[in-house]
Amino acid sequence: MDKTVLTSLNKGLLSALHQDERVYLLGEDILDPYGGAFKMTRGCSTAFPERVFTTPISEAGLAGLSAGMALRGLRPVLEIMFGDFTTLVTDQLVNHISKFRWMYNNTVNLPLVIRAPMGGRRGYGPTHSQTLEKLFMGVPGLTLVAPVNLVDDKLHQAPGDLLQGIILRTNDPVLFIENKLQYLLPVYSPEDLPDLEISLTLEGSTGEIDFLTYTLRVKGAPPPQVTLTAYGYMAELARQAQLKLAYEEEIFTELVIPTRLVPFETGVVSRSVDLTSRLVTVEEGSLTLGWGAEVIARVQESLPGRGLTVRRVAARDLPVPAAPTLEMQVLPQVEDILLGVRKVLENDR
Amino acid sequence: MINNGLAFYRAMYRIRRFEETVLEEFKRGVFAGTTHTSLGQEANAVGVISALQPQDIIVTNHRCHGHFLAYGGDMRALFAEMMGRVSGVCGGRGGSQHIHWRNLYSNGVQGGIVPIATGMAFAEKQNKTGAIVAVFIGDGTFGEGIIYEAFNMARLWSLPLLIVVEHNHIAQTTPTAMVQVGQLAERIRAFEIPVNELDSSDVDEIHQAAVKAAETVRREQLPSALLLHTVRFGPHSKGDDTRDVTELRALQEIRDPLKILGQRLSPAALTTVEGEVDQEVSYAFAQALSDPPAVLEGGQNG
Repeated sequence: MDKTVLTSLNKGLLSALHQDERVYLLGEDILDPYGGAFKMTRGCSTAFPERVFTTPISEAGLAGLSAGMALRGLRPVLEIMFGDFTTLVTDQLVNHISKFRWMYNNTVNLPLVIRAPMGGRRGYGPTHSQTLEKLFMGVPGLTLVAPVNLVDDKLHQAPGDLLQGIILRTNDPVLFIENKLQYLLPVYSPEDLPDLEISLTLEGSTGEIDFLTYTLRVKGAPPPQVTLTAYGYMAELARQAQLKLAYEEEIFTELVIPTRLVPFETGVVSRSVDLTSRLVTVEEGSLTLGWGAEVIARVQESLPGRGLTVRRVAARDLPVPAAPTLEMQVLPQVEDILLGVRKVLENDR
Repeated sequence: MINNGLAFYRAMYRIRRFEETVLEEFKRGVFAGTTHTSLGQEANAVGVISALQPQDIIVTNHRCHGHFLAYGGDMRALFAEMMGRVSGVCGGRGGSQHIHWRNLYSNGVQGGIVPIATGMAFAEKQNKTGAIVAVFIGDGTFGEGIIYEAFNMARLWSLPLLIVVEHNHIAQTTPTAMVQVGQLAERIRAFEIPVNELDSSDVDEIHQAAVKAAETVRREQLPSALLLHTVRFGPHSKGDDTRDVTELRALQEIRDPLKILGQRLSPAALTTVEGEVDQEVSYAFAQALSDPPAVLEGGQNG
C-alpha cells in the first residue's frame, strides 16, 4: 500500500522508455521540472531527453503525428493533458488511427498509446472535468483500457505494469483512460483488503497483453444478491459501496472490474448475473448511451428469457458544474451506488 | 525511377487511360461508390514521384490513383480494389481512396494525412533511414486547420517532409478564390518552410523542380514545399462538374501534360506506347473483372 496509482503509472512509463528505444513520449508541458499537468511524466525527460518531447498545443496534429510515427515502427505515447481534449483528436481517432489496420487489409501495425486523464470532483468545471471515453467506445478498431488501483497476487500487475505492457507490446492503437482522483489512490494488494475475496479472469487478453478482470466478494458472505460492475476510479467507489452494503445493510454483492473496456467482453459479468439476476453498472460519464447501457444490453442478450433487474449509476445528463456542491450532485457518489443497489432489490420484490 | 521522355509519357498515359476507363465503366455500373480522378494532373504524380528514392514514403489523398500508378502500383490490383475484388490493393476494404501498398498510404479525409506524414518523417529521421516523406494535398485542403499544426511541427522538429500541393484552383465545385483569402504559398512560408511555386503541366519541368526539392529535404533534413498550379480536366468525382465547358476546353488545349510532352517525342514511338498501354489497361480491367469478390472477416453484429 506504499504506492499510488500515479507513482505506479509513472514507473511504468519510465520503465517502458528504458526497455525499448522505440518508445517516445509526447505531450504538452511534460518536461521536467513540471512533469505534466498531473505529474505523470515526472523524471521522463531527465532520464530520456532525446525521446521525450514537449509539444505545441495541437492535440489533433499530435495524434496524427503519433500515428505516423507508429505506422513507421516507433512506439509513441501521447499524453492528452485533460481527457476533455480528446474531442480535438476525434477525426484522427475515428477516420485515421482506428481505421488503418483494417482498411489496409491488415498490412500495417499502429502501436500507439494515447493517455487521457478524465474525471471531475476537483471543481475544474464543464470543460476540464468530463468523462468522455464513452464517445470512443463504439469506434471499431480502438482498444480502450482503464487501470484500477489493485495489484493481484498472481501476475502482480499494478496499473503501471499494465501501462508498460501495453506500450511495449501492443500492435494497435489504445486509448488509456486515467482519472484525476484515481491518481491519488493507493494501489491495494489482496493483503491490504482482508475483507475481500478477489478472483481474477484473463478477459480480453490478446496474447501480447494480459488484461485482468477482477471479481470482488466480501469474505465469508452468503451468495451475492446483486452484481455490480465498474471500472477506473468508479471501481474504488463501488468497492467502498460494496463494503458498506455488506456491513451496514447485509446486502451482498459481487463487484466485477474489467481493465479492458473495449472491445467489450462481458462474460464475467454475465456469469455473475446468471447467479444474481440483478445488475448495477457504475460509471462517471453521463448516463445516456454510456458504458453501462452497452454492458446491460450484452448481458441481457447472453441470458435470453431471463427477467433481469438492472440499473445504471452514472452522472446526470448535464455539463459538470464548477461549484463543488453542484458538481457533487451531478457526478455519481458512493451514496448513489448504494441507492442503485437498493433500487434493484426493491424493484424485485 | 523514370528518367526519359518516353517513360514519362507512358507513365502519364497509363494514368490517363486508367482513369478514363474508370469514368466510362462507372456509367456502366462496373464500379460502386465513388471515385476521384486526376485527369490533367498526371504530370504532378509522374514528375514528383519519379524524383523520389525507393526508401521514400508517399502519403496521398482521395485523388490518389495517379500517385499509386506512378509509384509502380499494379493496375489490375487498383481496378480490383475499386470493383470490390479480393485481389484489390486492400482486398476491397478501402476502395478508390483508401489504399496502402509498400510505402504509399492514402486516406480520404481532408487534412488529417498531413500530420501523419509529418509523424512518418519524424520516425524516418529518428531511425536514420535516409527516407523522406512526400505528402500530396490540394488547395481545398488549406481550409483544414490541422495542416497548420503539422507544418509547425515539421519545421519545429526539422523533419524531412516534402509538401506537394496540387493547386487545381477548384475544391469539388467551388473555385478556391471564392472561399480562401491570400496566397497559399505565404501560408506555408509563415512556418519558415520554403516554397517553390510552379505554374506548369510540363512533366520535365515539374520533375526537375521535384528532384531539387527532394534533394534539399534529404540533405538538410528540413521540410520544403512544391506548389504546383495545375488544371483538373475531369469532374471532382463522377459527374459533378459545373464549370464552363468552353473555358475548360481552352485550358485542355494548352495544359494537357500528354500534349506538352508528346510534342517533343516521335509520333511513331507515341503510337507504339499508346497501343501497348491501351492493351495493358484492357487486360488489367478484364482480369480484375474476372477476379473473385472480396470476403468479409471479423467484426461483431450481435
